[in-house]
Amino acid sequence: MTLMFEDFKPGHFGKFGPLHVSRDDIIAFASEFDPQPMHLDEEAAKSSLAGGLSGSGWHMCALAMRMQVDGILSRAASLGGLGVDEAKWLAPLRPGDDLTLEVYVEEARPSKSRPDSGIVKIRSELFNASGTRLMMLVTNALFQRRTPPAAQGADR
Amino acid sequence: MSYLEDTEIGKRRCLGSFTFTAEAIKAFARKFDPQPFHLDEEAARKSLFGGLAASGWHTTAVYMKLLVADITRDVRERKARGETVAPSGPSPGFTNLRWPRPVLAGDTITYFFEATSTRPLASRPGWGIAFGKTEAFNQRGELVLSFENSVFLPRRS
Repeated sequence: MTLMFEDFKPGHFGKFGPLHVSRDDIIAFASEFDPQPMHLDEEAAKSSLAGGLSGSGWHMCALAMRMQVDGILSRAASLGGLGVDEAKWLAPLRPGDDLTLEVYVEEARPSKSRPDSGIVKIRSELFNASGTRLMMLVTNALFQRRTPPAAQGADR
Repeated sequence: MSYLEDTEIGKRRCLGSFTFTAEAIKAFARKFDPQPFHLDEEAARKSLFGGLAASGWHTTAVYMKLLVADITRDVRERKARGETVAPSGPSPGFTNLRWPRPVLAGDTITYFFEATSTRPLASRPGWGIAFGKTEAFNQRGELVLSFENSVFLPRRS
């Protein structure tokens, strides 16, 4: 059954992953999008604040997106993302990490401008295998509604 | 990157432009955001985007690509002038990111960054944090991406 707006109720939605991230994955993303020494070179990374080779924060965002697509959006009437209220990079992504994503629905409300859809605010927390929280994201996404809204008159 | 004290508040810097080809959009989406409107022209035409659209996370990754290239140029110029340069620290995150319009195949997006404030970090002597605002526009001058970000920078003193 396709997940629709009505299926996103406030609370814990699910745990997704694990997704393995290799040294090659980290270097491939960084080479294309974030070619800083701390993401590319072990020796140079030793003197960085992260104290060793670490993945780009934008790579973490992309990996969280992949886990959301595999776990939720591939079976949902997803109409697209609207934005991100907040993203916190809390700890470095390391070569060999096995990532899991905890997903919570913060809020679900019908769209005023598009009555056939609703906006779901989702908090995603990315963890490595030892339980360290690497990133927290609060995103807003648009989903199709199952029930066509009744004529709402002045309620717009 | 420069030191915290070298941050130029309120000066808007053009980071450069990037053309999102259909091939690049699909390559990113296959790895990180495999939804039909990022992978398939026909499905995308029927979606709210009205055409093959880049993943929002592709548009932010390209921001970082252009920012790093801009910083690299800046460091080269500072070194040429005999100034000392320092490696920047990581970023703690960003807020208020919006994708008000889709980036469609063939669009050329131009990115701008402006530092808005700085302050020293009480918790980490020798370091500070710089806050800024990023905006990106398509070839018609329409806003396609905006967010507020921050980065840890070393202090000169």
